[in-house]
Amino acid sequence: MSVAALELEGVSCTFVAHEGAAQRYTAVRDVSLVVEAGEFVSVVGPTGCGKSTLLNMAAGLLAPSTGQVRVFGEPLAGLNRRAGYMFQAESLMPWRTALGNVMAGLSFRGMADDAARALATEWLQRVGLAAFADRYPHQLSGGMRKRVSLAQTLVLDPDIILMDEPFSALDVQTRQLMENEVLALWSEKKKAVLFITHDLDEAIAMSDRVVILSAGPASHPIGEFRIDLERPRDVAEVRTAPRFVELHKAIWDVLREEVLAGYKQQLSKAA
Amino acid sequence: MWRFLRPSRRTLRAWQLVVLVVIFGLWHLLTVPGLLPHFLFSDDNQAAFFFGEPLKIFDRIRHWFFIDGDIYRHLGVTLLETVLAFGIGTALGLGTGLWLALSPLAAAIFDPYIKAMNAMPRVILAPIFAVWFGLGVASKVALGVTLVFFVVFFNVYQGVKEVSPVILANARMLGASRRQLLRHVYLPSATSWVFSSLHTSVGLAFVGAVVGEYLGSSQGVGYLILQAEGSFDINTVMAGILVLTVFALVLDALVGRVEKSLMKWQPQAGESERL
Repeated sequence: MSVAALELEGVSCTFVAHEGAAQRYTAVRDVSLVVEAGEFVSVVGPTGCGKSTLLNMAAGLLAPSTGQVRVFGEPLAGLNRRAGYMFQAESLMPWRTALGNVMAGLSFRGMADDAARALATEWLQRVGLAAFADRYPHQLSGGMRKRVSLAQTLVLDPDIILMDEPFSALDVQTRQLMENEVLALWSEKKKAVLFITHDLDEAIAMSDRVVILSAGPASHPIGEFRIDLERPRDVAEVRTAPRFVELHKAIWDVLREEVLAGYKQQLSKAA
Repeated sequence: MWRFLRPSRRTLRAWQLVVLVVIFGLWHLLTVPGLLPHFLFSDDNQAAFFFGEPLKIFDRIRHWFFIDGDIYRHLGVTLLETVLAFGIGTALGLGTGLWLALSPLAAAIFDPYIKAMNAMPRVILAPIFAVWFGLGVASKVALGVTLVFFVVFFNVYQGVKEVSPVILANARMLGASRRQLLRHVYLPSATSWVFSSLHTSVGLAFVGAVVGEYLGSSQGVGYLILQAEGSFDINTVMAGILVLTVFALVLDALVGRVEKSLMKWQPQAGESERL
């Protein structure tokens, strides 16, 4: 049996407020999660359940309070060098052109300028932005910026791809296009993907496996579903498949309680 | 007729010129002896004595530049002092700002001292600098540097502190080392703050140079003004001030030029093209 690409072993994350140790907030508690090499795993959960915290720990941006993260069997210390991270918020450097942004990671890693430029151009082409190479991020639309982010992450050919609600800010049509693009790119290379989303449809349409997180604080996985829909999939078409509807209902039954719980918690906090 | 003259983008320069002409016109009318009956002063010549006369001022400037040609040496000294103070002060402010912004412990240690030095009226240091560095260029540069440094420093410090954490995390995930983060994330992100400070600091470098000259020197435009004041030659004083103002504007425009070419990645309002 081969080693898993990414393994979270009983990780918890507790934040301490600056004012003192009395103000603690445990975002996630005792989460164990495995992503096999080449597997596409989605994590869904109600808003504010610590999904991004989970991803930040997998990326090594955040050290777990307890437990351990393993990357291809090795315990993770510091940044996860084998992972690429696509952020939810705008993450492009506004002072670099689209091409410059895609090249950034390559030149950070010491690749010669010419080679980096060639490879970055190729990736811009692949995400359909060859004509926009010399534009700055503010001159691109939201969808285009996400594509540049995608190229920026994938050009480094990471073994693990972490995605934090990458398309949540996009409109439905652009989003479906992007989802299909990601699936096509993924099936070419078969990398391990940990995909965070709050959109159940998106999770089912794209993944091999969907993990459900409970409402925060101290959220933890409460369910796991294998998505046995056939590949290749079209994210728009697959939604009408009977098996999709079945899975959706099954997962939603588990998720609903948590969404309501999370909602109540936020209401009571606001009151 | 009014349709063409109405203030708009197109006629902006013309209207700016009109304002200038009005100011000098009023100045001329109110100061030249015998042109208007005096109403504020007890005698005709007093307005000219206190405020100078534009025509004589322009004549003075003409003599300086084209007839006697004796201003170039003084202007050169003043500009040299300004540029040196600006360059050294900006470099020091940039370096210190980056250093303190990136090492919070050092920032916490130096915090009270930086605040104290910034609060201190630093122009008062000019005589001390004159004692330390003599009456030449160095003491003026030192004064200018103390003025420029803090403006640049605080802006760089702020700029680095406000770097988007997502962009930072992204660059780290892309494999940027500490040095690469500095070069490719912190510096560019701080530049917009730095440039807004450079406009202020060019002016301050000028202030440092001129005030330094004014308090003790043997050359420079500040020295010329001091000399003229000694003999109540208000026209020469005003001429000196005008020349200084024009050169401060030129320096500011130069900074604006550099800013424009370096900051082309920044979104500009209403950037669209009509085809």
